[in-house]
Amino acid sequence: MKKKELIPGLILIAALLVLLRYLELHISPQSQWAMLLTVLKKGSIYALVAVSMNLLNGFTGLFSLGQAGFMMIGAYTYAVLTIPAEQREMVYMYYEGGIIRFALPSIVGIILAGVVAAVFAFLIGLPVLRLKSDYLAIATLGFAEIMRALFQWDTLGPLTNGSNMLRSYPTFKTILYPFIVSGVCIALIVMLINSTYGRAFKAIRDDEIAAEAMGINLAHHKRIAFTVSSFFAGISGALLAMFQTNVQAKSFNSAMTYEILLIVVIGGIGSVTGSVISSFLFIACSEWLLRFLDETHVIGDVTLPLMRSGFRKVVFSLIIMVIVLFFRQGIMGNREFSFTRLFSGRSKKSKGGKADE
Amino acid sequence: MSNILEVKDLNVAYGGIKAVKGISFEVAEGEIVTLIGANGAGKSSTLRSIVGLVKPASGSVVLKGEEIAKLPPEQIVNRGITLVPEGRRVFADLTVLENLKIGAYLRKDSLEEDLNWCYDLFPRLKERSWQLAGTLSGGEQQMLAIARALMSRPDIIMMDEPSLGLAPIIVQGVFDIIREINRQGKTILLVEQNANMALHAAHHAYVMETGRITMTGTGMELAENEEVKAAYLGKARE
Repeated sequence: MKKKELIPGLILIAALLVLLRYLELHISPQSQWAMLLTVLKKGSIYALVAVSMNLLNGFTGLFSLGQAGFMMIGAYTYAVLTIPAEQREMVYMYYEGGIIRFALPSIVGIILAGVVAAVFAFLIGLPVLRLKSDYLAIATLGFAEIMRALFQWDTLGPLTNGSNMLRSYPTFKTILYPFIVSGVCIALIVMLINSTYGRAFKAIRDDEIAAEAMGINLAHHKRIAFTVSSFFAGISGALLAMFQTNVQAKSFNSAMTYEILLIVVIGGIGSVTGSVISSFLFIACSEWLLRFLDETHVIGDVTLPLMRSGFRKVVFSLIIMVIVLFFRQGIMGNREFSFTRLFSGRSKKSKGGKADE
Repeated sequence: MSNILEVKDLNVAYGGIKAVKGISFEVAEGEIVTLIGANGAGKSSTLRSIVGLVKPASGSVVLKGEEIAKLPPEQIVNRGITLVPEGRRVFADLTVLENLKIGAYLRKDSLEEDLNWCYDLFPRLKERSWQLAGTLSGGEQQMLAIARALMSRPDIIMMDEPSLGLAPIIVQGVFDIIREINRQGKTILLVEQNANMALHAAHHAYVMETGRITMTGTGMELAENEEVKAAYLGKARE
């Protein structure tokens, strides 16, 4: 971002936060707009994990499907470490209060959620990053499924509470919280993408052999991308845990990874802003706007056909097929959304897209 | 003149298949040296193993008096040798400028001077510095691949079939550039199937056949050699 864009950018961010706070204070939980707040909260959390997945799939060319697994590791790390000591007897009722007897502050829990996910990623990355394309996807998906089973294993119960849910940990009180945490994390990812490392990631994505011939250490850079991506997936997992107020391993299944992948594809592989925009769109559709498809509607004497529980998923699948068949670039392709370009798009374009910087 | 690169008894194998069978050759500082030969003679494998993309099975590669045969590519590139890979292999979704910056990936100093030098050599790249490399023409992509390699400030630059798939007039341009880079002090190791052009540009030449070096001499000597004429220069010489 150029310096002259910095000030308007900051003003825009401040205005957005004020607007969010305003909405939060003025929308009553009973109104039909209450769902908007839920969508915004969840959307901001998914935006982070989608951007972290895009860092791997879109910018480094590593087709990984382990994102839900790393979110789960983050969510569990956060929950396990921050449940207040006095609540532990009750949460870990089947495991005599569990083995951890202390509680860390919320913010420390969030950071550790990222760190623990990153450590797991580093270790699993050593063997699996030797694999390419589909094989890497299968290995990472398998890893996520194994972790999910492992976390529900009875023997680990004193730590993970087995297949029972974790709850009573601190959550966020305001909508600003997930927005600020996600926003800061996404900004860090963007800085990484625009750094020399990011350029090396893109070179690896475009041509591994040429990148290696330029002196880029493939294994080292892939490991960095994988570890950093998982770090932020872990943080988004912690945020999701806070959003849901309880955590259970079984919800972090492969369907969740596919949802995130879908957001990345719809937004445009290789576009950060695309991922963010499509996160909100996706969450809004799945949680809110398309809900009516699951309800039975009667017009006059006629009950509309097909409209019953689960129909939403059918429509969603159709949308995915249409996107994959006709709009492979997604919303943004690999371009980035920018206000400067929006307002002075034509003049910039004729100079050959200098607005990229 | 001293030898900047000395290859001794180099063997390269892919699984059980031997691509390079104990070749030895030298490249003197400041020269253009070419390896010519038919498809599958092991020319590309030789270059790839020198830069470390393929680990040689045995043999030694000495660059400026230092053994580099077992080093990883990033350390080899850092010691002043670079490869322009076969088929150009520019980073298609990056801009021309970004491609050039990747070429200098291992350098920590300022790139300004080298960028200007590359832009002087290739004015077309300057015009197109914000364009995505994938949208350049074949000839421009080859120029970019060469410029990208130059950005690492190599002492010796290896080129793998720079004329591949280019129109004759463009090939002439590529060879002009090769001579110009050489005039400006870079040593060049050139692998070519276009034997005619390569031999006339080279100070020294080696002919490779099925993994072995079968003939050597100055570029002109080989260009006049009857066997070489028959095998690689075809009727075009008559």
